[in-house]
Amino acid sequence: MKLRLSEEDAAFREELREFFTTKVPQHIRDTVAARRELSKEQFVEAQQVLNAAGLAVPGWPVEWGGKDWTPLQRHLWHEELQLANVPMPLAFNTGMIGPVLANFASQELKEKFLPKTANLDIWWSQGFSEPDAGSDLASLKTKAVLEGDEWIVNGQKTWTTLGQYGDWIFTLVRTDPEAKKQAGISMLLIDMRSEGVTVRPIELIDGGHEVNEVFFDNVRVPAENLVGEVNKGWDYAKFLLGNERVGVAPVGATKRNLAAAKEVAKTAGPGGSSLFDDPVFAARVADLENEILALELTAMRVVANSSDGKPHPASSVMKLRGSELQQAVTELFVDIAGPSVIASGGGEESDIEDWAQVSAPVYLNLRKASIYGGSNEVQRQIIAGTILGLRG
Amino acid sequence: MDFVYDSEQEALKGAVAGLLGKAYDSTETRREVAKSDPGWSESTWQQLAEMGALGLPFAEADGGFGAGPVEVAIVAEEIGHVIAPEPYVETVVLTGSLVQALGTDEQRAEILGGIADGSLIPAVAHTEVAGRYAERPTAVTASGSEDAWTLTGVKEPVITGERADLLIVTAALPTGGTGVFAVRPDASGLSRHGYRTADGGRAAKVTFADTPATPLGEAGTDASDAVALAVAKAQIAYCHEALGAMESAVKITVEYLKTRKQFGVPLMTFQALTFRAADLYVQLELTRSIVMWATLVLADSEDRDFQIEAARRAKLKVSKASRHIGQEAIQLHGGIGMTAEYSIGHYTGRLTVIDHLLGDGAFHLNELATSVADHAEYDPFGE
Repeated sequence: MKLRLSEEDAAFREELREFFTTKVPQHIRDTVAARRELSKEQFVEAQQVLNAAGLAVPGWPVEWGGKDWTPLQRHLWHEELQLANVPMPLAFNTGMIGPVLANFASQELKEKFLPKTANLDIWWSQGFSEPDAGSDLASLKTKAVLEGDEWIVNGQKTWTTLGQYGDWIFTLVRTDPEAKKQAGISMLLIDMRSEGVTVRPIELIDGGHEVNEVFFDNVRVPAENLVGEVNKGWDYAKFLLGNERVGVAPVGATKRNLAAAKEVAKTAGPGGSSLFDDPVFAARVADLENEILALELTAMRVVANSSDGKPHPASSVMKLRGSELQQAVTELFVDIAGPSVIASGGGEESDIEDWAQVSAPVYLNLRKASIYGGSNEVQRQIIAGTILGLRG
Repeated sequence: MDFVYDSEQEALKGAVAGLLGKAYDSTETRREVAKSDPGWSESTWQQLAEMGALGLPFAEADGGFGAGPVEVAIVAEEIGHVIAPEPYVETVVLTGSLVQALGTDEQRAEILGGIADGSLIPAVAHTEVAGRYAERPTAVTASGSEDAWTLTGVKEPVITGERADLLIVTAALPTGGTGVFAVRPDASGLSRHGYRTADGGRAAKVTFADTPATPLGEAGTDASDAVALAVAKAQIAYCHEALGAMESAVKITVEYLKTRKQFGVPLMTFQALTFRAADLYVQLELTRSIVMWATLVLADSEDRDFQIEAARRAKLKVSKASRHIGQEAIQLHGGIGMTAEYSIGHYTGRLTVIDHLLGDGAFHLNELATSVADHAEYDPFGE
């Protein structure tokens, strides 16, 4: 057991910190720090800066641009990115479909997609959820029927995050209607510019356009775009979701946001006084900070994650608690803002500072964190069943 | 940061678990031992001494084995696993740390050597009724100079105070500051009133009336810093003891949900119960992380303030988690959880007591809150 980083790891961290804070454009990092939405161009620019330095996809196999890092080094990369306000490389590309392709796809698909996926030349969307298949994902109905050397796809996906920017979409489709739920599902890659694909925006409670519905009407997809084997899609999806859970505990970003909240709280009291003069407020922040510390230390304790297709059991703990604490910090911002919380449309003419203007939309937006990637109720089910062996 | 035990540490864990698992193989055994004085087993204590568990953190020159906080944590956790009533943290960690920090060569050899080989069981008399969790004693005062000192006042509760072969007492010095003294059990003006505690252990009210006392180390100098650090070390060791107890409580509760049937089905059929069990597991894992980290801070940092803060942070999280787990463990059992014949309630009892030794969650939260605005992100490496 050891507290300190080894000299080698400390140097590694310093190098990353230096790169992230000097090479990623300031306007992008400022947008993240202000908790404002990034444009597509900002996402792409940031990821390409990282990719050019070999820092976009460290978790991938080395032959596809990954790094032979230790789990601790990968954890440090993840933390330093967030602490430096660098946008995470697009999760759909680097955390989801990339590792699936690298592990399960044909050599042809790998060569066609992986380099462009790492560089965000292709923007991937996720086509998993459907109106009647949320937490019960395996009940999905979008179907693909093989006709000659093409799959004909019909159905509807939903909650497709940033689908408005998507070039390609990785989907789960039913390819064997006779088989039991999970057994008849395949993973299919679909060009979003294909005829018959329609993307429709869904406005969310924060007023933003972050997610979409995607409709497939007799869309023709080349047979070779099926990932791995037919009817094995559920296995690939489980692999992907296990990775997603590890990635969705944004400890570094939560720490950084708490620090930002503390900073603004110092002058948010009446007449510019400090909210920390109120012992109830100070205790709330101290307790929240301690809970985040416990989460961060847990992340370090279980950095070894998805191996041989199985997610680390504690990834459910990280997802559950990570989302709760992420939300708790957005709640803190709302409370620091006080009556200014309503001024989401205030703009530059308003006397209300930007952090307060965005506080309510961000708070509302982050309610999603305990729902996506397997809702926290699904995580409790996994912990009870898989870890504790409590099977109803 | 590396949380993995090496092979020697694994071996120590296995040996202590084996010994204590045999000594406390059932709730009934533990109840029997706790019923008769001194409230724990002298023979189990001797076995721990023979194994070397009681001298782990002391220097070899003082009769110890030169191990560190990680080894101490391993033993404390195994104590917690079976809620063994032996006063490990009080004797080895709290007394040991004070004597280590302040004692003369002779005092260290006598007291630490005696603890290590099991021949001497001292108790620390620090807590005062009106003082709550205060680190500076006020109710017991020291007077004298050079080598002639006496103590007057009352300490309570003093854990194992009646059985103790020697009392290590904190007292207010005439010049201000805190002194630490050793008092022999047969010293004049000393009286001890022992009683049973809420968790089945023993404590005492100890009264000093012009009682002769020997200063630990140099007489009359303020030992506040040494007391604060010894308290922090004991707080962290208590956290490990609580962690072991919580781990067992969760395990016992999960097992009960699998086997107990109502309405013709096992309790685990009901999602309202399994979800709560999942939440207990989440809290246990988070608590384990912060408690192990606090021990790493003790082991690897030289910064006293960082160590004290780490102890506060661990104690705060343990306080919250142990209440949650202790309360839910009984509730998920139902009526059987209320009975003294069954194990789970004893775990909750012990967790409740540990929570209130050397500062509960609210106390430490209050301390942490005073400095929370002084830093931006909190750095667990202490850099």
